[in-house]
Amino acid sequence: MKQFASLIKQLGTSTKTNEKLDALSHYFASADDADKVWVIALFSGRRPKRMVSSAFLSLWCMEVAELPAWLFEECYHTVGDLGETIALLLPESNANKSPDKSVSWFLESFIRLEKADEPVKKEFIISSWMAMSKDERFVFNKLLTGNFRIGVSQKMIVNALAKTVGLEPSVIAHRISGNWDPSTASFQELLSEEATNIDFSKPYPFYLAYALDTAVNDLGPESEWQAEWKWDGIRGQMIRRNNEIFVWSRGEELMTDKFPEYHALRDLLPDGIVLDGEIIPSIDKKPLPFALLQTRIGRKNVTKKHLQDAPIAFFAYDILEYEGQDIRELPLDKRRSLLEAIVANPGHPVLLLSPVINFSSWEQLAAIRESAREMGSEGIMLKRRSSAYQVGRKVGDWWKWKIDPLVIDAVMIYAQKGHGRRSNLYTDYTFAVKDGDKLVSFAKAYSGLTDKEFAEVDAFVKRNSLEKFGPVRTVKPELVFEIAFEGIAASNRHKSGVALRFPRINRWRKDKSPNDINTLDDLRKMLETYGK
Amino acid sequence: MPLIDFTHKGLYCAAGDFYIDPWQPVNKAIITHAHSDHARWGSNYYLCHEASLPLLKLRLGDIAVESIQWNESVNINGVKVSLHPAGHIIGSSQIRIEYNNEVWVVSGDYKIEDDGISGKFEPVKCNVFISESTFGLPIYNWKPQEEIFQNIKDWISDNRSAGRTSVLIAYSLGKAQRVMQCIKDADVKIFLHGAIWNVHQTLLDAGYDLPVAERVLPGTPKEHFKGNIVIAPPSADGTPWMKKFAPYSVGVCSGWMQVRGNVRRRNADAGFALSDHADWKGLLDAVKATGAEKVFATHGFQAAFSRYLNENGIEAAEVKTEFRGEEEEQEKRSTTSEQERADEN
Ligand SMILES: [Zn+2]
Ligand SMILES: [Zn+2]
Repeated sequence: MKQFASLIKQLGTSTKTNEKLDALSHYFASADDADKVWVIALFSGRRPKRMVSSAFLSLWCMEVAELPAWLFEECYHTVGDLGETIALLLPESNANKSPDKSVSWFLESFIRLEKADEPVKKEFIISSWMAMSKDERFVFNKLLTGNFRIGVSQKMIVNALAKTVGLEPSVIAHRISGNWDPSTASFQELLSEEATNIDFSKPYPFYLAYALDTAVNDLGPESEWQAEWKWDGIRGQMIRRNNEIFVWSRGEELMTDKFPEYHALRDLLPDGIVLDGEIIPSIDKKPLPFALLQTRIGRKNVTKKHLQDAPIAFFAYDILEYEGQDIRELPLDKRRSLLEAIVANPGHPVLLLSPVINFSSWEQLAAIRESAREMGSEGIMLKRRSSAYQVGRKVGDWWKWKIDPLVIDAVMIYAQKGHGRRSNLYTDYTFAVKDGDKLVSFAKAYSGLTDKEFAEVDAFVKRNSLEKFGPVRTVKPELVFEIAFEGIAASNRHKSGVALRFPRINRWRKDKSPNDINTLDDLRKMLETYGK
Repeated sequence: MPLIDFTHKGLYCAAGDFYIDPWQPVNKAIITHAHSDHARWGSNYYLCHEASLPLLKLRLGDIAVESIQWNESVNINGVKVSLHPAGHIIGSSQIRIEYNNEVWVVSGDYKIEDDGISGKFEPVKCNVFISESTFGLPIYNWKPQEEIFQNIKDWISDNRSAGRTSVLIAYSLGKAQRVMQCIKDADVKIFLHGAIWNVHQTLLDAGYDLPVAERVLPGTPKEHFKGNIVIAPPSADGTPWMKKFAPYSVGVCSGWMQVRGNVRRRNADAGFALSDHADWKGLLDAVKATGAEKVFATHGFQAAFSRYLNENGIEAAEVKTEFRGEEEEQEKRSTTSEQERADEN
């Protein structure tokens, strides 16, 4: 654990990608094999079930540190991370005298103790804490609570592994994807070719587009490009292999069970097929707002009502495997013809072809793009006709050309301290529009300002708080911001009657006063126009 | 009537007709220490510890000021006033006020651990204790200075072997001098930002024995910095002024670095939780050592700290002040950067 804890510390404080990469490949070159497998699993989102709830961890920490609950809460709020709070609050340990245990030992203990009685778990956790340094406790707590995000992308893990074992990153990415069990897989097996072939569910790494940052004319002749609508859904891969259907999300989550609608495709698609596309709620082949999907996505069980109110479809736009062969190297043109043939055949309403937009000039395409919102789309995807299906985010062949967001001017009325790296600053704001002489809150946003601006707003909040409700401060309504968002939907859970998609601060309107902000009527008009 | 009132101008002793660390101009001000949130401009008369005197003049210019030593008392309108070491920075003092057999102590900022340059904190018995609470949460538990110094030295030598300059961020009065103590034996050159240089000169003139250092000047050749150390205030962090030290690593020395998120927020390569304020245990120990029946908690986590004291049998209340805690010693940003811009030209 010591070696892993120091890796995490290095990764956590390093500001340079190269340093992180070096630290990781050093780790992969020197750590124990069983630990490496677990580390790959953790960084790619495969972690054991939680053996204990955060509530118990907090409780046991309070008990050991002899602290009242309210003080623990106050600390948690300041630190912003439960695992770190606990690591900081526990009393001095005898870490120096305790033998080091491996990462795999801990994770396998978690699995072993998952069904154990509470006193057994408690004894295990407290004795583990008391044998660890502060940094080790932090990592241990993160392993227990399962939110293991520490500024390392899966891509970086892949690159570090590639560097250590001498394989191409794309090969590594494919091998560590899919369904495998870190408690049984060995490091050798995991990275070998045979294992990959046996796992029928294994998806390919997604090819991701960058936002177009130049004028579209700079892309060269129109004839080299294919244009499609950019959908606002969940990017997914649909796999039909060995007589089964698997659906993966871009977050590498196997979501087959969440979408029973797709099961019908098992008998309609030929074997040895992998499609890339978008999971979108849809009726009559038309996409519906993403908000609908959110109503069923977080649920354990999909009910009949969900299936009725938010039926989903798969808008396919690429094919990566055909007749069991990896065809990612074929040019897009060729893949598209195969895709059109495949999708046409079942003729089933849950599998749709994401259409290609015909256009003869960039000007014409720009005009078509203006109608994206009416299409239920967020813009246009541009893909080079000759392009292979690459791995990860690559510049050059695929671009997303999004429409400008919707914007509204609003005044800040509440502020709350941020979490994690902003735990000392008021960075989470609630905004309001005017309704007569009242203010009605309609959105929260956490991002969109520079660190300097956040510091400035933070200073304003500290000087202009009117009231305090727990962590929330009511602020003098004075600062005006332009809020951007991607979509708007009716909602009865919000006072304003609307829910926004991806609200964020577009800019600080220092030139405007609270008298100049938009009204609730303005929001209602937007709902009327774009909320369907 | 309480011996000290909390007024909009600051802590006021009506019996003696003087203020302590007022944040608006007053007739008579007694100053705990020379940090900008405690020693403010515009009062007619100042009284402080003798070691604070040159620093106060450096920061406030031409003022009417007198000084006394620790444990020396003066009588102001029948109120007995004396200063006692607070261990926060050079000259920092607690202020003891005695009138009609009642004793109040204003802590100013303080830390318990003896840093070797600020004088060792002395608990003073009193009836009422007005305590800072900058780090008044149990997540703040400092490692011994020696251990942190060792971490800083290790970091510097790693940087040195990688050919990088170590840029240490430390506020200019207090932390910077403390950091210099840590590295004085290391075989490296120390360069100072102009704001720190000014304090450094003032202290040298006052007879302090500080390590040899050089000021960063526009003409200093870039190669001179390589593998060596630059100490700069927070206001210089991330400004173009730092470019000339490349390649460099930034290490921030502040109690706030106890929390990982803050290290990342500051975009630091390393964070050292080195603080000039008492940690949680230090605050509790200090309060207990005073034997006070009543405690007022000022700047910091005063709500949590006073609630905890109340729940543990010590009557306490929170007081809103305009002191700022460790983020506090934000140098007057504009002055510093203008001055540095002038240096660049
Ligand atoms: Zn201070
Ligand atoms: Zn202070």
